[in-house]
Amino acid sequence: MSQTMQSAFAAGLFDAHPPPPGLAAWNKATPRRRYAVYSNNVETSLTGALAARFPAAERIVGADFFRAMAGAFIRACPPRSPVLLAYGDAFPDFAARFEPARDVVYLADVMRLEFARGQAYHAADALSLDPDKLAGIDPHRLGELIFVPHPSLSILSSLHPFHTIWAMNTGERPLADLEHWDGEHVLVVRPRLIVDVIPLPGDCANFLRRLAAGSMLGEAAALAGGEDFDLSHALAILLRSGAFTTFREG
Amino acid sequence: MKTTIATLALAGSLASALAAIATPAAADDAKEKCYGIAMKGQNDCAAGPGTTCAGTSKVDYQQNAFKLVPKGTCVSMKTPTGHGMLEQGPAPA
Repeated sequence: MSQTMQSAFAAGLFDAHPPPPGLAAWNKATPRRRYAVYSNNVETSLTGALAARFPAAERIVGADFFRAMAGAFIRACPPRSPVLLAYGDAFPDFAARFEPARDVVYLADVMRLEFARGQAYHAADALSLDPDKLAGIDPHRLGELIFVPHPSLSILSSLHPFHTIWAMNTGERPLADLEHWDGEHVLVVRPRLIVDVIPLPGDCANFLRRLAAGSMLGEAAALAGGEDFDLSHALAILLRSGAFTTFREG
Repeated sequence: MKTTIATLALAGSLASALAAIATPAAADDAKEKCYGIAMKGQNDCAAGPGTTCAGTSKVDYQQNAFKLVPKGTCVSMKTPTGHGMLEQGPAPA
């Protein structure tokens, strides 16, 4: 297929256009029906890929709404790579701007969490930091350590209880009324084979985010420090979660 | 002088963090990697060094592609080309 034909073929796919001029079918029959079948297959398979990646979002808005939103997204942002694993990275932002979903204020953040889990699942394997290695460091040098984040790590924050809502819509937690509508923070990492989603206090999320961005331990701890910041709890989460693989001296 | 935290506070926090996590480690994942059982394109991950890889295996039961299966069940799985393996096999010819 020539470059021109490819562009014309792709451009008409989602808009029920007639096939591009010059398109031929092997049996010489009109290619119109075949093009329509192909177009339907593309849309159905991409919608299916998005539903598989964002199951909680589909459950929250319902299958019909999700399919319609996915259809709009596929038209706005068709895949640029044949690898469907990465497809949908822009879908949460799209959902945030999607007018019919405006009242579901937490939807985009739930979707960001779902996407982060998928990315963590497919990230490279890496061994997490062995806590014993830290125990042997000269205390005077602790403040200058720089930690290397695990390839699967992401830290997400939301103004909404997105983690609770996600958990309730994936069967991890029973559906229940939310008593407090507070922001939540989570760490997503896959230290071994299973993706973990670990809730964090807000200042701990800031601390770990700074560390992951390359700040030295002493600096990150000082800057995270609200009155309530519990550094030893934050370090315990850091070590237990496997969110970092190693450290070096800055 | 950069903003930083007292050495003593840091060392103390680390000591209590290490104590807190010194409880018995959580049970290992209840899954294991099982090589050689995935259908073409259905592998969970890993086909060849350095690949990000799920769904990329080229042939059925590819020996260097794995699927996650409940722990202890891998080697009992039988495929037309043999049993599942816990160790990675060679890439397809």
